[in-house]
Amino acid sequence: MAASSDRNPPPFPSSEEPEAGLSDMADGDSDEGEDIFVNNSNPVAVSRGVSQPDGVNEEPPDLFSEEEASNPITKSNGVHSDDDNDLFAEAHVELSTDKSGNSSGKDLSSVSGPRTTSSFNQSPASMQPTSLEQLEEEEAKDSFDVDVAVTNPEKVGDGMNAYMAYKVSTRSSLPMFRSKTFSVRRRFSDFLGLYEKLSVKQSLHGCIVPPPPEKSVVGMTKVKVGMDDPSSVEFVERRRAALERYIQRVVSHPSLLQDPDVREFLERDDLPRAVNTQALSGAGFLKMINKASDAVNKMTIKMNESDTWFEDKFQEVENEEQQLRKLHALVDSLVNHRKELCGNTAVFAKSMAMLGNSEDNTALSRALSQLAEVEDKMEQLHQEQAASDFFIFAELLADYIRLLGAVRGCFDQRMRAWQRWQEAQSTLQKKREAEAKLLWANKPEKLQQAKEEITEWEARVTQYERDFDRIGMTVRKEVLRFEKEKAKDFKSQIIKYLEAMLQSQQRLIKFWEAFLPEAKAIA
Amino acid sequence: MMQEGLDDGPDFLSEEDRGPRAVNVDLQTDATLQVDISDALSERDKVKFTVHTKSTLPNFKQNEFSVVRQHEEFIWLHDSFVENEDYAGYIIPPAPPRPDFDASREKLQKLGEGEGSMTKEEFTKMKQELEAEYLAIFKKTVAMHEVFLCRVAAHPVLRKDLNFHVFLEYNQDLSVRGKNKKEKLEDFFKNVVKSADGVLVAGVKDVDDFFEHEKTFLLEYHNRVKDASAKSDKMIRSHKSAADDINRIASSLYTLGTQDSTDLCKFFLKVSELFEKTRKIEARVAADEDLKLADLLKYYLRESQAAKDLLYRRSRALVDYENANKALDKARAKNRDVLQAETSQQLCCHKFEKISESAKQELIDFKTRRVAAFRKNLVELAELELKHAKGNLQLLQSCLGVLKGNT
Repeated sequence: MAASSDRNPPPFPSSEEPEAGLSDMADGDSDEGEDIFVNNSNPVAVSRGVSQPDGVNEEPPDLFSEEEASNPITKSNGVHSDDDNDLFAEAHVELSTDKSGNSSGKDLSSVSGPRTTSSFNQSPASMQPTSLEQLEEEEAKDSFDVDVAVTNPEKVGDGMNAYMAYKVSTRSSLPMFRSKTFSVRRRFSDFLGLYEKLSVKQSLHGCIVPPPPEKSVVGMTKVKVGMDDPSSVEFVERRRAALERYIQRVVSHPSLLQDPDVREFLERDDLPRAVNTQALSGAGFLKMINKASDAVNKMTIKMNESDTWFEDKFQEVENEEQQLRKLHALVDSLVNHRKELCGNTAVFAKSMAMLGNSEDNTALSRALSQLAEVEDKMEQLHQEQAASDFFIFAELLADYIRLLGAVRGCFDQRMRAWQRWQEAQSTLQKKREAEAKLLWANKPEKLQQAKEEITEWEARVTQYERDFDRIGMTVRKEVLRFEKEKAKDFKSQIIKYLEAMLQSQQRLIKFWEAFLPEAKAIA
Repeated sequence: MMQEGLDDGPDFLSEEDRGPRAVNVDLQTDATLQVDISDALSERDKVKFTVHTKSTLPNFKQNEFSVVRQHEEFIWLHDSFVENEDYAGYIIPPAPPRPDFDASREKLQKLGEGEGSMTKEEFTKMKQELEAEYLAIFKKTVAMHEVFLCRVAAHPVLRKDLNFHVFLEYNQDLSVRGKNKKEKLEDFFKNVVKSADGVLVAGVKDVDDFFEHEKTFLLEYHNRVKDASAKSDKMIRSHKSAADDINRIASSLYTLGTQDSTDLCKFFLKVSELFEKTRKIEARVAADEDLKLADLLKYYLRESQAAKDLLYRRSRALVDYENANKALDKARAKNRDVLQAETSQQLCCHKFEKISESAKQELIDFKTRRVAAFRKNLVELAELELKHAKGNLQLLQSCLGVLKGNT
């Protein structure tokens, strides 16, 4: 809670995008033409409120130490020697500065040389006031120009080896892509594979990597076996929508978008099969997070936080996760009851029709048949409402429960970094003591080695300290960005949910208005 | 009683429910004899109804008076009608079902036991819900007992019944004990015989077209009403469950909203408030559907059974009449006990004709009542659905206006 007082909501620039656009987000949209979802012909803007009309292209004063600029390769996202495009080389350099500094989505389009950096070497705590505000301003000025959609699930193959292939379409004017619009076919394990690669690289830096949807053996088996029942259809739709949201979150993250694995995922026609995705099933993912927490809990040296921001924020995140879990369970219950209501209404409608048939007063008989029709329409409404409950509300909560887990993972990464630094320091201490002993024991050959080791460890300590500071900065920035995204996401989704409810009520009114004269006509 | 209003607790006593609660039956209120249940008290295992009578008839000592009656005394009155041969030709108004608060009471008890495990707000909320449910059941049982009395009071013959007058006026306990085991067993066998007979009798084709049609009609109608009644109950229960879920979601959103004072938290609070109000409306929709649709069906289930019983009695009388004819023929053939046979035959004939005559009128009245009751209830149902949907719509529109304006 203390953190919130440090963090004033940034003044929204007046040219902030209208929220109405957000409510059209493709999250719950289905290509299968459900009434309530707007059928988007274009992949919808990915930017969840962080978009900004172009033209704002200031260079922020760099706040962070740029010693790392000398080591671009180690800090950037690994790989990339196969890229012969100048663009990428530049981007890497940009990236390294990004890693430790501000997000700079806007810099994607303006590939200038490495920016001039001002040296700056303060501890996070003292930098707090200015840096946070400036971080927030940076966030607000980011602009994204990537739209991704996941559509057209198609079954490939037969029997137990069958799988669902999804079309991943990208539309972007960013120069880093080969063309403006393109699409590829991907399967579920490809998405998991992308996550694995990203989390291995990025989470070490304190980045919040969005987690993919969970595996489901039962669900997939039914699909493989070829059952065309409504629950299989719903399963595929649920997965498609979840994959779409996942990839949208990935590309809307400025650092992740730069990652060549992401680009490869979006562009490359033939992606090598991802193996070892078992670890990333729902249970596996949780296990990974919990393993990290366990490691942190086992730390014998307790961290002395100079800045309570991290502790407070972590607590907040844990609380929120708990609350969301509770809420999710409730929404799930609502979905089930509505489905039940749906079924019962259909059955009742039929029963009413039968009663109308046997009624021998003509007018009453007709009215009862009309009532049966109204109830039939109500069933339709309940069905749509249940879908809305699920796809808009419940899935939103499920996504954020997973995301909060990823946030916790971030914090743990920071602790690990601190742990590494502390351990290095104690090793250095030991080396110094050993050197002292050697001096006293007068063994000149070993002394040289000891001195070398001390230098090596001194460098390491400095390195790890910087890593720790850097990761702290990243975590902070990431959390701020996450919170903004989350607020926008929740608001837009819940508004969408309420709008669906509103439409439902309007239709309900029409049905009963049509029935009323029939009832009055009974004589 | 609670006022109507979107912000108040669930309102189960709206304007249409005050006054004579003869919801399911269209009865003309007749100044010569008006009966209603003016008050009711729920004690641990019984309900005490205050039966209030206003009458200009000379039979009664006063013009206006009240007595306290319990459910068993209603049943006694009903049974006395059924057992009275003179009333064989009438549709006996169905007995009100026994007040059943067991389920509700159990839930309240469970809540009390689980008080420690939930927050104070949650407890208060659930308690209010359960109390509302209890009140709704209570209101219903009062209505059903009242309808029974009103039907009797509106019936040209039954209203004159002596037992009825005693029931209305005698201000002491009628000492009507519930049936003991032996009597219950007797009843059981009577019913078995009746259903066996019913099968026999149903097989006999009636000469009279009117009654033949009615028989076919009632058999089918009764079954379908039974089906519709059961299914409407299930549907409404699901509706209530969904409303309950929304209630809990509202609480959960409220908790989320009070964690902090960010924009998002304020947003949550607003949505929570909306859901609170919405679910109150949903609960009332379910309650109104219950009253106007489910209860209507239940009532006509019982009435159609009473009509079937009438037809059965008539058929029985017909069979007796035919048997008496045969006996007379036999007696005449043997020229023995002819007078006795003649008397017997005449009695049977008279009885049968009397029943047939009144039954015809009763069945016509039944149809009229039924059509009127359905009309009234369906119109009211549609109007209430519209009212609630519009209320919901307004809430959603204003909330969305605020939410969109703020973001």
